[in-house]
Amino acid sequence: MKHNITLKINGQSVSAEVDSRMLLVHFIREHLSMTGTHIGCDTSNCGACTVLLNGKSVKSCTYLAVRADGAEITTIEGLSPEGTNHPIQQAFHDQHGLHCGFCTPGMILRTVDLLKHNPNPTESEIRWGISGNLCRCTGYNNIVKAIQQAAKEMAKEKQPAV
Amino acid sequence: MFKCKTSAEVGGMGHSVKRKEDARFLHGKGKYVDDVKLPGMLHMVMVRSPYAYAKITSINKDSALAVPGVLAVITGQDLAQYNLHWMPTLLSDTQMVLPTDTVMHQNQEVCAIIATDRYAAADGADAIEIEYEPMTAIVDPFKALDKDAPLLRPDKEGQKDNHIYHWERGNREKTDAAIAKADVVVTERIYLPRIHVASIETCGCVASYDKDTEKLLVYLTTQAPHAIRTVVALVAGHVGLSEEKIRIISPDIGGGFGGKVPVYPAYVVAIAATFLIGKPVKWIEDRSENLTNGFARDYHMDCTLAASKDGKIQAFKVKTLADHGYTDSSANPSKYPTGMFSICTGSYDYEHAFAELDAVYTNKAPGGVAYRCSFRVTEAVHAIERMVDKLAHKLDMDPAMLRLNNFIKKDQFPYASPLGWSYDSGDYEATLKKAMEMVGYDDFKKEQAEKRKQGKLMGIGICTFTEVVGAGPSKDFDILGIAMFDSAEIRVHPTGKALARFGTKSQGQGHETTYAQILAEELGIPYTDIEIEEGDTDTAPYGLGTYASRSTPTAGAAAAIAARKLRDKGKKIAAYLLEVSEEDIEWEVGKYFVKGAPDKSKTIQDVVFAAYTNIPPGMEPGFEATHYYDPPNLTFPNGAYICVVEIDKETGVIDVKRFVAIDDCGNIINPMIVEGQIHGGLTQGIAPAMYEAIQYDEEGNVLNGTLMDYLVPTAVESPHWETGHTITPSPHHPLGAKGVAESPTVGAPPAIANAIIDALSPLGIQHLDIPISPDKVWEAIQAHS
Repeated sequence: MKHNITLKINGQSVSAEVDSRMLLVHFIREHLSMTGTHIGCDTSNCGACTVLLNGKSVKSCTYLAVRADGAEITTIEGLSPEGTNHPIQQAFHDQHGLHCGFCTPGMILRTVDLLKHNPNPTESEIRWGISGNLCRCTGYNNIVKAIQQAAKEMAKEKQPAV
Repeated sequence: MFKCKTSAEVGGMGHSVKRKEDARFLHGKGKYVDDVKLPGMLHMVMVRSPYAYAKITSINKDSALAVPGVLAVITGQDLAQYNLHWMPTLLSDTQMVLPTDTVMHQNQEVCAIIATDRYAAADGADAIEIEYEPMTAIVDPFKALDKDAPLLRPDKEGQKDNHIYHWERGNREKTDAAIAKADVVVTERIYLPRIHVASIETCGCVASYDKDTEKLLVYLTTQAPHAIRTVVALVAGHVGLSEEKIRIISPDIGGGFGGKVPVYPAYVVAIAATFLIGKPVKWIEDRSENLTNGFARDYHMDCTLAASKDGKIQAFKVKTLADHGYTDSSANPSKYPTGMFSICTGSYDYEHAFAELDAVYTNKAPGGVAYRCSFRVTEAVHAIERMVDKLAHKLDMDPAMLRLNNFIKKDQFPYASPLGWSYDSGDYEATLKKAMEMVGYDDFKKEQAEKRKQGKLMGIGICTFTEVVGAGPSKDFDILGIAMFDSAEIRVHPTGKALARFGTKSQGQGHETTYAQILAEELGIPYTDIEIEEGDTDTAPYGLGTYASRSTPTAGAAAAIAARKLRDKGKKIAAYLLEVSEEDIEWEVGKYFVKGAPDKSKTIQDVVFAAYTNIPPGMEPGFEATHYYDPPNLTFPNGAYICVVEIDKETGVIDVKRFVAIDDCGNIINPMIVEGQIHGGLTQGIAPAMYEAIQYDEEGNVLNGTLMDYLVPTAVESPHWETGHTITPSPHHPLGAKGVAESPTVGAPPAIANAIIDALSPLGIQHLDIPISPDKVWEAIQAHS
């Protein structure tokens, strides 16, 4: 069965006809040709497909595209204006929080949600907070450091100018 | 310690410059194989066997072909018409591309569905009707050798049983005699289970054959694109795919760890499909296909270690049974069926050793890849490091003291090991002492004594390993006859900026940064002015790829030597420009100057510009160099790791309190990247130590073929790693460097196992095989209380 859906992705409105069974991740990657969102498993364990849906981190491999009708989605391509880094992107770069880069978009978008709800997390809260996202390369030490740096930077940005 | 020769702006060796490759990954602009989309591209899905061992009695394609969008079904019978249904493995065995009559392991490829999109292909795979006649699978490798065991490979001429090969190294008689005479002997059967690299990107390809130009282009998740090109030409040359018409592109790779070295059957099917259909074909493995195909380890090792009563190690013996699945598709150098397993004598100075191994066929997936270690080094190190600990407990000696008393001393290098390696350099004593100091070993020993009085379980585990990486010298090391050199090609443009290409292929190791730093070190051109390319066989110089920690030892060395060729040419140009003889020119990073007159100088950029604009008479224009580096020896990185654990007696839960890793990988190119590699390898060390093992039931069904039940550590299971270094340069490497990224995967499992077993030792527990999970600990506690 086909459905017409309209959603906003990275600020752009898109309309499309999708099958009932079309997964959101395939819609994003194949229909919209935005390949920054990755697929690493079939069981929503690895988190490589994480996007922000209405501001919440969601694993797009286990979310039907039709269910995203009317939603606002942010993928890694839309996190920061071209040529600039979001503080979390900057922190992953500064702290060497990525190696192969495959888990990185999901890890960064998960961090956006984590820091929104807990702007000043402890190390343990960070580790639990990203435990739905697997990284096989970094051993997580530097991802934790990156999230700590990003939390600090984002707190500074939020402070009103004196 | 290493002192930087270059400024931070130039960014040569020793600078923790930020990675040049990060930007594309941070912004979702990495290009991985599944991101490739070609016009008219079709999708392929493999249909796989539900049985571990079965006859295929029929395949009915019609029901699949009736599915809208399904264009073709390819079976083994179809490939047999082109003699493409079998392929050779790297170790002279044969592997099915697709079966014509029998399946040999669960989830083996049975046929391929080609469709217009991946959903239609999956529907076709669902619809196809295949009938099997299941047979009794051989799952236990020991039973594979029973006299009445069915013969699994009757297709192989002369094969009378399920034994594949016997291998041995060392002197059996002298080792047996030394063991017989020794005061103290400890023995243990140690099993290193089957595990999977589980890189977050699975394997896949996009194969595209153009019938007009007769050119084949394959985007492939491979760590060794050139070797694959040659393999494709050798396997499919008879149907017209000749090597100059084949282009392999290994784009961004989402982790490799050895799992992207082999040629998987589906690659060959995709190539056959595009060749027959003339349209691009994409195949992307799903996670369950990934976890149930290919493997690492699966060694059953019977170990014996002998020593004098005062704790001097005298002899080591190990007899291994290796479960290879239904074919030996180990990704090893040709002359090394057991990889570098003979490093099993470890970091200790003694005379007698003997290692032997028998490999057998079973109804399991083939593989034999590395899981982030140089060929079979993890197995070897686990054997010796567990046995040294067992010896320490038997002698009631401090395991650190026992190691310090037996280490090869730093003035004994180069050290001829009992099984034939020439260790290049190390200072094992300093490395262990640094680790003991950093962790606070003596204090922990006291704390442990206190806790034991209170009935608490606390353990301290040590591993002092020696790795052997960087294959390798061409006299010994080849893959399918191709010597294991590697290469670098440097082009410096007229404006002094450079492009360098390599035969290796990064999968996250940061080559685009570290290779640029090597060239910055050697030429004085800022690393930011140097672009690095790898992975395209049409443009990169031939090389054997990236695995077994070989990139720095081989291609890194090639970069240094190619740069030095350019520096020599530059010296001639500088002499011409400064109107002095070449002998009067001296080099310091980034500039040539006249001896005794440092103000008379030309920068490297001046000299490069002249190479294109003001060429000395008779000199070949341009500023380019290539080098193919054949290493004189392997490199022997080493380290001392200490792990402290506490165990909850009631639940068996293991808390890793501290983990200190001191590594010695010689001179360091980028400390930030090296530390990052160590962190990652440590997590891939705790993974098999505590969580990961591919499990089979008696019928050969894989019990944990998804990431729901194959437990890849998250940030919660992964402890905070503490790292440090000692630096003993490699005497034979042009930069004094050694490989590094796999040391932690090798060193961490025995350190963790030793810590857990040390914690449990007051209960009388002397050994547990990894993965040592809480339930295994709990059961052991119950059995011993």
